[in-house]
Amino acid sequence: MNEIETIQQANTAYEAGVQKAAARFPERKKMFTTGSNAPVNTLYTPLDTKDINYVEKIGFPGEYPYTRGVQNTMYRGRLWTMRQYAGFSTAEESNKRYKFLLDQGTTGLSVAFDLPTQIGYDSDHALSQGEVGKVGVAIDSLADMEILFDGIPLDKVSTSMTINAPASVLLAMYIAVAEKQGVKPEQLNGTIQNDILKEYVARGTYIFPPEPSMRLITDIFAYCSKDVPNWNTISISGYHIREAGSTASQEVAFTLADGIAYVDAAIKAGLSVDDFAPRLSFFFNSHNDLFEEVAKFRAARRVWASIMKNRFKASNPKSLMLRFHTQTGGSTLTAQQPDNNIVRVAIQTLAAVLGGTQSLHTNSKDEALALPTEASVRIALRTQQIVAYESGATETIDPLAGSYYVESMTDRIEKEALEYIARIDSMGGAVKAIERGYVQQEIQDAAYSYQMDIESGERVVVGMNKFQIKEAPPTGLLKVDPIVGEQQSQKLRELRAKRDNAAVKNSLVTLEKAAQGNDNLMPLILDAVRCYATLGEICDILRGIFGEYQQKVIL
Amino acid sequence: MEQKIRVLVAKPGLDGHDRGAKVVARAFRDAGMEVIYTGLRQTPEQIVNAALQEDVDVVAMSILSGAHNHLFPRVMELLREKNMDDVLVIGGGVIPDEDIPGLKAAGIAEIFTPGTATGTTIEFIKNNLKRKA
Repeated sequence: MNEIETIQQANTAYEAGVQKAAARFPERKKMFTTGSNAPVNTLYTPLDTKDINYVEKIGFPGEYPYTRGVQNTMYRGRLWTMRQYAGFSTAEESNKRYKFLLDQGTTGLSVAFDLPTQIGYDSDHALSQGEVGKVGVAIDSLADMEILFDGIPLDKVSTSMTINAPASVLLAMYIAVAEKQGVKPEQLNGTIQNDILKEYVARGTYIFPPEPSMRLITDIFAYCSKDVPNWNTISISGYHIREAGSTASQEVAFTLADGIAYVDAAIKAGLSVDDFAPRLSFFFNSHNDLFEEVAKFRAARRVWASIMKNRFKASNPKSLMLRFHTQTGGSTLTAQQPDNNIVRVAIQTLAAVLGGTQSLHTNSKDEALALPTEASVRIALRTQQIVAYESGATETIDPLAGSYYVESMTDRIEKEALEYIARIDSMGGAVKAIERGYVQQEIQDAAYSYQMDIESGERVVVGMNKFQIKEAPPTGLLKVDPIVGEQQSQKLRELRAKRDNAAVKNSLVTLEKAAQGNDNLMPLILDAVRCYATLGEICDILRGIFGEYQQKVIL
Repeated sequence: MEQKIRVLVAKPGLDGHDRGAKVVARAFRDAGMEVIYTGLRQTPEQIVNAALQEDVDVVAMSILSGAHNHLFPRVMELLREKNMDDVLVIGGGVIPDEDIPGLKAAGIAEIFTPGTATGTTIEFIKNNLKRKA
């Protein structure tokens, strides 16, 4: 009898024992499931992993298929970037928060913009009323951006900007601020989110229809590959897909399907895969089911590497590596007993680190209630530092590899993701699947069934549907002064009075003409921001040519 | 046959977070109500026009961007202008406790904050309708 047969025999005996025990003392639940509702067995053994070819499917860190990580030494070489997403009110206020964060030991900046900025409206636009400075910082022109990064040397920090539909404009402003600091574009490090497809399905800050949006994105790929070579030109995001209610497998599948659509678009625009693919980056969520999350990150790396190698024939190893940022799961936080959120974030942090993330934002305990205060941001950052320096999780690479459970779950998520990707391929790709509402419907169904499980009590959320207490209303929450809207409008009036309006007009007319043709728009947008054309003015020009996206409403 | 309760689920402002709105809309529908969902980025004017055209009994607004103090009272103002005082208006989202009294004073009947079960909201609607459905 070989080893597997011996284990099989022992396992059969064990299962009979389980049956007997369960007959006397029934298990807690009829069905055990992961955080994403996938079934979980009583026990995992070598029988669950016996068909996995180690070298082909798991391999070594820094080597294809990168299941164990994208670098050879991972955190033994360098820890992940601790990058806290922040921004609110005015550029002055946010600049103070960034300096606080850098002082507390964050190693990269991450800019949150307010909704008018994300949707390309100036602060004095009618639709901006009530929204200015609320969920992020208000940026109307290069003048605001100069204040935002005042005293922060752009050749020393890396900056991630959560900006999508108007990503070209904010990147242009960043390049222009750097120029004023004497920093060259090739010295810049950072990321723009620039992922429009997930805006249509999960996040909602779209402006233009898919086709011109894809053109703006591939223009950025082309421009940066020559002029801003160290910039991550896109952060293909599963984060918001998961926040919208998807399962872990759907998060991987829909993100990578979007990734395929961007690579296809860039190739169609005439770029060669190895020229832009090394600068593609990803962004995932980290929820509470530790093992499933670790398996998800490992599966995502393996699937992407194979897509890039086999489908797109990329040959630069950097084109095959899925590098990703992680944020802990905002939707897992509760407004009830908010201190409990610190514990949730700690588990999620550990999952991201055991999953081999390249950078991480940890949510603050008060984020189900408001924007975080300095005190709660500090705890969130300390959580990362404790995992980094005290937990031991960083001393060896991919320590959960070889776990029968984690390896079989990595395989399951890979398989489910590939099935989804095949279905999306058969619809004509991610853009078509989104236009049909397929992706949205899948996410909504998962979100609804999750909510129903909470309401039936089948899924326990501590402090919310079990172990509740009577609580006094929370105090000390951060509040954005509504005066910010007026202040920004005043700044705009002054700017429009003192800038060279003829130069602004010229740059906008040139941009308008180019938008009707096929030239790369990045250099023209850069010219426009340099002479202080506002974000709203630039986006209005593009709206005039490209039109606006009409959401497909699905219930 | 009993008339179904007609509800407009609306997303005012620029906020793109619609998971809650969609889950609530579906729960209303499963509870036997007639549900119209506006989609994202609705101005108060668009919401009130939709409420009028669809002849709804209830307007349920969801907002997570922090613009509620501006947008919710504006919707109430426009409803009054159109003599639609008999429409029950409720709100939900990330709304600090300290803002709730002001919103209620503006005429929002109830504010449902994170963690509310959909069943609670459904019960509230059934018990507080202003018109006979």
